[in-house]
Amino acid sequence: MAELPTGMLTPSTGAGPELSLAPGEDLPSGRLTSMLAAVWDNKLAMAGLATVIALTLFSYVGPLLYHTNETGTNLLMANLPPSASHPLGTTPEGRDELGQLMVGGQSTLEVGFAVAILGTAFGMIWGAVAGYIGGFIDAALMRVVDALLAIPFLFFIVLLASITTPTLIIIILAITAASWESTARLVRGEVLSLRARDYVQASQQLGARHPHVVFRHLVPNVTGTVVVTATLSMADAILIYAAVAFLGLSVPPPATSWGDLLTTGINNLFDGYWWQLWPPAFAIVLIVLAVNVLGDGMHDMVEHRLERR
Amino acid sequence: MITYLARRTAQAVLVMLIVSVIVFVILHALPGGLVRAQLGPRASTYSVDQLERTEGLLKPLPVQYGIWLLHLLQGNFGFSYKLNQPVAGLLVHYLPRTLLLVGISSVLTVAIGVPMGLWQGYRRNKPDDHALSASMLILYAMPDFLLGVILIILLSLDLPALPSTASAFGTSLPTDISVLVLPIAALTLGNVSYYSRYMRASVIDSLLEDYVRTARAKGNSDRRILVRHVLRNSMSSTITNLGLTLPYVFSGALIIEELFNFPGIGLLFWDASQSRDYPVLLGVVLVVTASVVVGSLLADIGYAIMDPRVRYG
Repeated sequence: MAELPTGMLTPSTGAGPELSLAPGEDLPSGRLTSMLAAVWDNKLAMAGLATVIALTLFSYVGPLLYHTNETGTNLLMANLPPSASHPLGTTPEGRDELGQLMVGGQSTLEVGFAVAILGTAFGMIWGAVAGYIGGFIDAALMRVVDALLAIPFLFFIVLLASITTPTLIIIILAITAASWESTARLVRGEVLSLRARDYVQASQQLGARHPHVVFRHLVPNVTGTVVVTATLSMADAILIYAAVAFLGLSVPPPATSWGDLLTTGINNLFDGYWWQLWPPAFAIVLIVLAVNVLGDGMHDMVEHRLERR
Repeated sequence: MITYLARRTAQAVLVMLIVSVIVFVILHALPGGLVRAQLGPRASTYSVDQLERTEGLLKPLPVQYGIWLLHLLQGNFGFSYKLNQPVAGLLVHYLPRTLLLVGISSVLTVAIGVPMGLWQGYRRNKPDDHALSASMLILYAMPDFLLGVILIILLSLDLPALPSTASAFGTSLPTDISVLVLPIAALTLGNVSYYSRYMRASVIDSLLEDYVRTARAKGNSDRRILVRHVLRNSMSSTITNLGLTLPYVFSGALIIEELFNFPGIGLLFWDASQSRDYPVLLGVVLVVTASVVVGSLLADIGYAIMDPRVRYG
């Protein structure tokens, strides 16, 4: 969702050859490192990164330090308000809300990371093949992308998930199936414009083989864009996972996610169990904000680098 | 202009054809097949054979696709065994309600997001710009249903005129209006940030352009430059965005209809997903996607009419 405005800002059709070669243009190595160095300088992006790390530690290290029973049901303990023994109260199943948040964070972050990596990798390959080969293959591959983008993604995901019984893997694959298309479009545009550049043309005229052109010239130059897209798509994947959980498609119990916990809170809204609503809501908004701020910081970085070209 | 429209329409038809192939493949990827999905796991081999024969499922797949597509074009979307009525009738009944929700919300989103982005671009990096950007980012980071719940908590609990459930939609016009306020507000707030973000960036770029400098040199006021030159120049791209964001708005409508119990096509889809009513699921996906494709086609036609660069290009 987040990459939509940026994607529209930089129309990816421009295939015009660039005539000049700015200083530093021919040094693809170390771009990722320089990008990370610049993110380090951006305070807001650093805060975002720190938040992502903190929430990851909360979800994975937290249960090691804070022991609760997260699988059993205890109806005598159901829906208790916050107290000394349960800092955030309990759920309708009588589980500790804080412990549930830690466990729920695991599947939430796993979906976020997995969709970001899988979706970006698949989209990158699809887009790069389309842009590099061109012609009929390009047209065919991109029409498939057009078609998939036209299907409203939540309808698509619910349809895919309702064919089978949802598990974590199925959910990851279904969300990935609905998120790789914009990366494919973006990478295709970049590859088309890079392929027409003088130095790539020159390299090909000098007899460079395809692998050399791809790995030496194209891959290093799209890395920045791709890393930004991957970061922003993680935030989107977490939001989509919450929506899918709200629609009743989520990991089978006793596993849970922030979206599931939030949905429970909403179902109990009129009972006044506020501790079941606000903590997961806060967790989701916090992680999505943090990842977005980090992605925006990296995006400004890449844009800045492009301006220097 | 005519060639542009013809090419754009052909492209839309092609996209719909590919979508139909994707949906057809999903339909046939059902574990146990379509017949098992209808008759259940305990059906006898005989009845499975029987239904496979009558439904034409023993023919080669391309032939089946051809027949299925032909039926679709004739308005035959299959039969819902769970609801015991033709899918086409259900779609005709529920789709207009969702189109109303999505349509009003889209217009409001543009009416709020575009002026906001214009103002932010003009006041870039001033405190009010930062405040608006931050609030838009927080709105963006909220799942649509959380936004709806917050609206319910803030408004619906105190104001009986704004009910938290829209299930009474369709009884009378005053009810319809009061029932629609919160769903439309939730759907709109969730999407405003696309436009304000885009407009802000676009205005910042435009203000550096030569035509703005010329207008300023001629003594135009800032207000006039913003409205007459910058806004007008970005109107065409806003219309394109309207087409591009449609899939997101429809996805949001699915969530909002579920939250507010609004009896639209999203709720029909959700109910069908709970009861695994595959003919309804596939029918809804097809008509919703068709709405998106037609919507963005209309947006592009509007764009071509408004923008002389496309009209004469």
